[in-house]
Amino acid sequence: MAVNASEPVEQELVLANTNVKLKKAGSGAPLLILHSEMGNADWLKYQQELSKTHTVYMLSHPGCQGSDQPDWIMNMRDLAGWYLQAIEELDITPVDVIGLSFGGWIAAEMAVMSPHSFKKMVLVGAAGVKPEQGEIFDIFGVTPQVFQEKAFFDPSNTPEYQIVCPDELTEELALEWEYARESTCRVSWKPYMYYPGLPNLLSRLKTMETLIIWGSEDAIVPLNSGEIYNRSIKGSKLEIIKQCGHRPEIEKAEEFLKLVTDFL
Amino acid sequence: MLIGHFTEQPWQDDTSGLMGTQSTDLGISNSFYNPAVGASLYNRYLDEKLYAEEMGFDAFMLNEHHSTPFCMQGVTNIGAAILARQTKKAKIIILGNVLPIWDDPLWLAEQLSMIDMISYGRLVSGFVRGGGRESFAHNAPPHFNRERFEEAHDFIIKAWTEPGPWRWEGKHYQYRYVNPWARPLQQPHPQIWIPSTVSVETVKWTAEHRYPLVLLATKLEPTRDAFQLYHDTAKENGYKSGTQNLAYLFKVHVDETEEKADEVARKYLSGVSNPFLAGNEGQINPAIMSLPGHTSRTSNRLQAASFGPAGRFGTNRRPYEDQVEDLTIISGTPKTVLPKIRHVLEYLRPGSIFFWDGDGAMTHEDQMRSLRLMGEEVIPAVREMGKELELFSSFEVDPRTGEKIETSTEVAS
Repeated sequence: MAVNASEPVEQELVLANTNVKLKKAGSGAPLLILHSEMGNADWLKYQQELSKTHTVYMLSHPGCQGSDQPDWIMNMRDLAGWYLQAIEELDITPVDVIGLSFGGWIAAEMAVMSPHSFKKMVLVGAAGVKPEQGEIFDIFGVTPQVFQEKAFFDPSNTPEYQIVCPDELTEELALEWEYARESTCRVSWKPYMYYPGLPNLLSRLKTMETLIIWGSEDAIVPLNSGEIYNRSIKGSKLEIIKQCGHRPEIEKAEEFLKLVTDFL
Repeated sequence: MLIGHFTEQPWQDDTSGLMGTQSTDLGISNSFYNPAVGASLYNRYLDEKLYAEEMGFDAFMLNEHHSTPFCMQGVTNIGAAILARQTKKAKIIILGNVLPIWDDPLWLAEQLSMIDMISYGRLVSGFVRGGGRESFAHNAPPHFNRERFEEAHDFIIKAWTEPGPWRWEGKHYQYRYVNPWARPLQQPHPQIWIPSTVSVETVKWTAEHRYPLVLLATKLEPTRDAFQLYHDTAKENGYKSGTQNLAYLFKVHVDETEEKADEVARKYLSGVSNPFLAGNEGQINPAIMSLPGHTSRTSNRLQAASFGPAGRFGTNRRPYEDQVEDLTIISGTPKTVLPKIRHVLEYLRPGSIFFWDGDGAMTHEDQMRSLRLMGEEVIPAVREMGKELELFSSFEVDPRTGEKIETSTEVAS
């Protein structure tokens, strides 16, 4: 099937015994992107650009819109284990991976469980590590709209902000958010958005090239979590994008793309 | 007929600036909390319960909410335990313990058994799922709320009824040694009642278990719809439900004159904000009220009208006059409230009722006058109505079988 870079093909398939939705676009070496806690609704500039050089794979996480929620997935270990089986069945391992926010946490857990499954890893504003300074913002205590606004340093100067959080909310997007938040909640409620042992487990990663990208003004996951990721993963590199919030891939798409393209 | 008394036990402190405001649910710092005021209020509300029993009430309805001034009782079992010892006759009806926020339901089973024994078998043990507020305030996983409710329920029933020791390896609760050295006096276990605000899932679940259903100050029409759903579900499950399966909480305040009654009943709306008190619900935090997964994707509610046109996500601020008009608030002298109460009884046919009084900004004196007048004139007359209308409580007719219970008629006598 011909795959157009600017428009992904959506497929329904069974992976790891679960009906899931896959968005696939572009050509070239496979690149797995793990979406954030807000779902897999959009196909934005960063995805379009990356699919010019890679075959981008984005699964809707189990429980998100279009993907079933296996009853047994009750914590991050379950979810990371599910994902490892899913990408093996996709036959794309070892694969480069980008994990965004909550998706970054999934990527990090997958990496420590199965380092050979990834080639290079990019973590972007990743949850999963308890900051020593500050706290991870409680996304479940606010409405999705309030969260979206807080996730950007300057929503009014973010061209794609109206796509990710339109003034006129559609029912489709509201459902996408609700399902994504529910499936995220299921594995991140307590402890909230981190696993205490993860920094220690990350010391297993001795050869995996890792790029950590953080917005300097991230109000969701403190930059300090990025610093802990950076010191826990041997040979990793932390890049901080200035005047940028929790979603560098959207708010500063060009700088983000340059960092990622140079790294991959 | 069983006639009970209820108040949310609201925080009242005129110096706090919280009285009569539309404050945000879970948005108030406890820096406003003055323990000296708390000490006095806790004792006031207990005194009122003792007086309610003296005035002839058959039951106390107790509840709990968390981290909010509209209900001071964060631990309903403490109120129940004190009343178990300090009162003699009235049923202690807990509506209810919030099962999903308990990480150790064995401890809850022990507490309830103790209350049942200390009260010599007067406990009614209600269980609830709780709202998002409760999950949020105690960091309980909202996405497993229903599963935890059902598993904790099953576990507690077994802990009460099956001799130990035994193991429990469930999805949400695991024990290697279940053998509580406290068993309920009422055998096989205290009655279980389930309160609801017209959630279809809850009404059906309650009817399937043959437990009495308590509708909490919902409007009359959706309440009747919920009761009908209960009866229909009972029929599907092979039994005939009746008044013994149904209870209703509604606001009733009685006073010496119409003018006084009107003046005091307006205080329902002028205390600290309470999402369950139409007219002063405060600002609901929609994120917390609808935490991810707290309500199942397939669930629905009988009518958004349960709390008025804005439903559960907003505030409708219905004026006092409107609430008097549709009997959401009943106030007056004994003579004028009785026909209104009769209308509620005829329209809904509950076997048990609770008068919600002494709430909002009402003072101790307001409540004591009302309790006295209820005892002198209202309760005897309502009891007669109950007999005439054949409204039997679950202590007179078995809600599981519809058969008359001969031994417990003293409740209504």
